[in-house]
Amino acid sequence: MTELIYMFSYQFMLRAFVIGGLVSLCAALLGVTLVLKHYSMIGDGLSHVGFGALSVAMVMNMAPLVIAVPVVIFAAFFLLRISESTKLKGDAAIGLISSSAIAIGVTVTSLSGGMNSDVYSYMFGSILSMNERDVILSVGLSIAVLFVFIFCYHTIFAITFDEGFAKANGTKTGVYNVLLAILTAVTIVVGMRIMGTMLISGLIIFPALSSMRLFQNFKSVIISSVVLSLCCFFAGMVLSYLFALPTGASIVLANLFVFLCMACLGKCLGVE
Amino acid sequence: MEKKDILQLSVEQVSIAYEKTMVIKNLSFFVEEGDYLCIVGENGSGKSSLIKGILGLVPLKEGKVTFLKEGLSSHIGYLPQQTKQQKDFPASVMEVVLSGCLNRKGWRPFYSKQEKEMASYHLKRLSIEELKKKPYRMLSGGQQQRVLLARALCATDKLLFLDEPISGLDPVAIAEFYQLIERLNKENSISVVMVSHDVKEALKAANKVLHISKEEYFFGTKEEYLQSGIGIEFLYANGGKEK
Repeated sequence: MTELIYMFSYQFMLRAFVIGGLVSLCAALLGVTLVLKHYSMIGDGLSHVGFGALSVAMVMNMAPLVIAVPVVIFAAFFLLRISESTKLKGDAAIGLISSSAIAIGVTVTSLSGGMNSDVYSYMFGSILSMNERDVILSVGLSIAVLFVFIFCYHTIFAITFDEGFAKANGTKTGVYNVLLAILTAVTIVVGMRIMGTMLISGLIIFPALSSMRLFQNFKSVIISSVVLSLCCFFAGMVLSYLFALPTGASIVLANLFVFLCMACLGKCLGVE
Repeated sequence: MEKKDILQLSVEQVSIAYEKTMVIKNLSFFVEEGDYLCIVGENGSGKSSLIKGILGLVPLKEGKVTFLKEGLSSHIGYLPQQTKQQKDFPASVMEVVLSGCLNRKGWRPFYSKQEKEMASYHLKRLSIEELKKKPYRMLSGGQQQRVLLARALCATDKLLFLDEPISGLDPVAIAEFYQLIERLNKENSISVVMVSHDVKEALKAANKVLHISKEEYFFGTKEEYLQSGIGIEFLYANGGKEK
């Protein structure tokens, strides 16, 4: 117990808890609509683009977020557009963009002196890389996400369930899609620095999927996702501190554990 | 009371392209209050694209779609073809039906009591009130279609667009669904525009027909259609021999 209290006496830990908690909240909310629209892999693709952008920013000696945020927002638009058109298969396009972005990131880094600890931390996440600017960004982001989900909850439901119907009745679906794309992009850029490029998509996909094992209406799924996401984040952080495990991996494993529990529970209760 | 001759929707010389192929070319027709218009034609002739074009879901290449009543363009009851992702969507029946009131809600973040009562009223009207709290994905195909119809009725009391509403339903559900639509059309004078490949059944209650094929279009009353060359030919090719 004293160890836990000790944990919060470190400033970087406190900062990681605040940023991570807020990012988990945003990821859970956005994740529900992304998963239901079958856009789960977009999160994965965006984090890879984020990795490329961060690596390039580092080589050019620029502030990482200044480069990464706009690049990932642009990629989010692009991927959404691709997924909507039927010409190019969405999943193939995401794979293409993901691997290209990683390739660019790795090449640029190696040209400028090889892998260093910063690049490693982008890959697998590090709570030490967070600074004051991340705190401000994550607070702003979560306020924006909460605002959108509280005030446009019903519109988001309508668009997620049936975009055509919403659009036919005069809802500006394009505006909402752009809004969600921007919020998703920022969530991923902030979140990937704690979770790592390889693991951030877990933060988006797991809470929604776990909740859907057990809950059958939209409101419950949303609320449950937020709760599960926060619980898993805290559990993962504490475990990683106590047993000196990598943070991102611990959080994803906590999510996996919860998912399996929810799946069993759902089976037992006959939900399907 | 003579309700006819009040124009609700006019479609003038519309062309629609789908990925660079023209699917609809220079097509005109109109819908009057109380009409039951059936859009028929072979698969791939562009029936669904036409509906989507009218509703603004796909861009028109040329031409003009006008809703001739104030506010009608954002009060349309649209029953789209179901998508794969909807069949597995975690939503309660009430959540789905209420989303039909979205166009009435404006900037209010929540639905009013009135809107909730309206949703309940339409559920009762389609005799699925007891499903209110049930999860949408657990319902049968016919029940799901009724839920979506209730949602469409929340959005409009004037004009319904149905895109292949009976595909995937069993024969009993199909018959019930047609009866329901006919009742809404006759008793509540809601105009109906229905796309269907099941010509014989669909035509029973219709008063007008729009036939779309690659070569030609036909638009007129059902009686005219049944006499026309294109109508006779199409009916024979689609099981009309059983008649």
